[in-house]
Parts: sequence; structure tokens; C-alpha cells
Amino acid sequence: MNRQEDAENEGLLVRRIRNGTVIDHIDCGEALNVVKILGITGTTQEALSIATNVQSKELGRKDIVKLTNRELSKEEVDRIALISPSATINIIRNFTVCEKKGVEIPGEIVGIVKCPNPGCISNTNEPIESKFEVLPKGLRCHYCDWMITRDITSHIL
Amino acid sequence: MHHIISIGDFDRNEIDRLLDHARQIDAKKYDKNALYGKILAVLFFEPSTRTRMSFESAIARLGGTSVSVGSVEACSMAKGETLADTVRVVSGYADAIVIRHPREGAARLAAEFATVPVINAGDGAGQHPSQTLLDLYTISQSMPIDGIDIALVGDLRYGRTAHSLASALSLYNARLHAISPPGLELPSALSADLKDKGMEIVEHDTIDDVISALDVLYVTRIQRERFPDSASYFNVTSSYRITPELLADAKKNLIVLHPLPRVDEIDPRLDESPHARYFEQSKNGVPVRMAMLMKVMQ
Repeated sequence: MNRQEDAENEGLLVRRIRNGTVIDHIDCGEALNVVKILGITGTTQEALSIATNVQSKELGRKDIVKLTNRELSKEEVDRIALISPSATINIIRNFTVCEKKGVEIPGEIVGIVKCPNPGCISNTNEPIESKFEVLPKGLRCHYCDWMITRDITSHIL
Repeated sequence: MHHIISIGDFDRNEIDRLLDHARQIDAKKYDKNALYGKILAVLFFEPSTRTRMSFESAIARLGGTSVSVGSVEACSMAKGETLADTVRVVSGYADAIVIRHPREGAARLAAEFATVPVINAGDGAGQHPSQTLLDLYTISQSMPIDGIDIALVGDLRYGRTAHSLASALSLYNARLHAISPPGLELPSALSADLKDKGMEIVEHDTIDDVISALDVLYVTRIQRERFPDSASYFNVTSSYRITPELLADAKKNLIVLHPLPRVDEIDPRLDESPHARYFEQSKNGVPVRMAMLMKVMQ
């Protein structure tokens, strides 16, 4: 199969949507983590399409997530920056890209990552959500100061 | 509302001001009714002798009183109540809460739910700011803190007093000598953090290697449960034991500190030596904690 056929087949996989959000340029293999980090579960009302290992001019290979009839807020999409900083967000209205933006790493993330420290108070039945400060070298637990410096996805709740 | 949760919440000036205040209190220059009518809730979920009693003594010396839950078994946490609910309730009974808890981050959580000031008196392997402040105060009684050579000896991985003190000393341009058994080294994240702040950290296998260069020898307890069997525990503790012979080559003004309780880490023969300051250090808990209570309760 040549490159053009590849692209045509993949075009079928990632059909255009009328309204919603397209998360493009996701680092290859991270699409399912993006869905997880956005808190989208199997019970979601919106149609969700995920394409992985798609050809990309910039990245070589990339993942794409499309969510119909839902426009993600900036706060929601910025969480994605933790695992895929090159991702772009396209807000689609009537088949047209109305907004296109990159993701920005937030200063703090709440309720997304579990503290790996088994002794941390956030890993108990207390009525709190996990909270991490985002620093250049990793994530610091707001409660116990534990640093997550690598493999953030394995700590996503 | 002012909480004291971590020594990292203090800047250098705040620490120096608090130590100056403790010095005035030590010299009996303070209002003995400064906290008259105020109540301190002592919420200790772990055993304690020195920290608990010195906080109770501190509030009493300032004219206030303290209330406590007694033993952990006797309190509502034993019935499954969350710490968040406990501190909300206790906030209605007292003007400040001093808390010790086995979980890291417990004091920060308490501060989020309390409606009165919270002081952290130790949270798991996390922070113990009042101990650090009294450690700094004790050092300052013998020498300027700036630029000292200090060795931290013992369990540097789980020892909260060592973590807090190391963080504070990064504000004083101190050189840190870390001496610990394999597996109980300073956590790499803390070590990296301190180095980022410009602190020089040198690791040594034995105390002998560095004793002649030290101004302060800070000894911490190595807990037996960190070792698989008694033989390896005794093997390690004996090699980190501080004796008068070990200090033969020490500087004349070296001081030996220990947050106490000690078990076998310091030979009792050292107690009468001018180097030994650990009982003075323990006594300093009262003026330093008086200064802390006045900072948050006045």
C-alpha cells in the first residue's frame, strides 16, 4: 500500500464531525490517556472517535480524538498538556474549525493524578481531591510534597 | 489566619524574627498573660512526650490553657471520623490547633478545614517545623547559623526532623554532610531541591571521615523496623554510635544535637561533655513554641 492509499484509508477512519472538539497532534499512543485525563468514560452521551498511529507531517505518527457535540473548555484541554504538550485543539461548528489552539501546562492540577506516596493524606477517605503543583521538573503533591518526575500517565486516577 | 505547616512556608527573615522573639522569651521579657483566656487544642494521633508537653507548657506559661483528646483510641477518629470533620469540630472548642498525625500532609489538610490557626507538630515522614525552629535556636545559642558545616546522621530517608532542618539550613548557606546507612539516604527529590537552592551536600560513609570539619553533629534515631532482622539493625546502629572517643578530633566548639528520644545513638558518657546540647535543645522547645503560639494566636 502506498503513502497516498494509507492517507485515504486513514481519512475514512477519522471522518469530519459537524460540531464538537477535535484533539489533534496527540503524541502517538497517548490517545487513550487523553480520554482518561478528560474524564470521558464509556457512559458518555457524546459520540467519541479515537484514531491512533495516524500519519502526520509534523510528528511522523500521531493520535487523534474527536468528540461530537461537546466543546471542551480551556481548563479541560490544558490537562492534556501534561502527557502530550504538542496536542492542538480544534473547536468545530458546522464542519468548520472555529477555534484552534495549543495546550498550555496548567499551574495546578486537581483530581487527575493520584499521589504515589502511600502515606499521603490524599490517599485516604478524607473529603479532598488530589492536588499537584506543576513545576518544571515534575508534579509536586500539595499535601505531602512528593514529586512525580516521570511516567505521569501511570498515576492518572 | 496564620498556620504553621512547613518550614518551607517561612522565609529567612521570618525565621530570624521568630528566633529573636524566642530569645526575648528565654530572657523572661514577655507578657505572662499574652494568651490569657485562649485555648489550645492538642490533637495528637501519635505518641509524643517532648513536643506535646512543651506545647502544653508553652500555652500555660502565656496564661492560656489546653484541651486534648487523650489517647487516639479514645477519640472519634477511632470511630471512623475523617480528620477534616474532626478539625472542623475542634475549631469550635479552641483558638488554635496543634496537630501530630501519622500521615504526610495531614496538617495541610487540617489547615484547609479548620477555622482557627493550625500548627504542624509532625506529619508522618513529612514536616516538623517547631522542631526545626528549636534546632535552629539551639545552634544560634552557640554560633551564627550562617555558613556552618553540619552533619545529619542516621535515618535521613524517613526522619522528618532531618528533612525540615535541611530545608531550613538551605536559607543559611550551610554545608550539609549526609551520613546514613544504605537505603536510608536523604530522598533524592529533597536532595535535588536543596541543591537547586544552592546548598552543598556531601555524602560520607562514616562520621570519622568528616568529624574534624564539623560545627554541628545532628544525630537522629534509626528505627529498628527499617531493618529485616535484629542483627543487621545492631550492626548498623553500632557503626553510627556517637562516643567521646569519636569526638576526640572534633572542633572545640562542635555541638551535638538530637531531637530525642535517643536509644543507642549517643553514648551516655557524652552527656556531661561540653559538646552535648541535646537536653538544652529539648528545653528550648518551650520558648520557641511560646513564640510560635504568640505568632498564630495573638
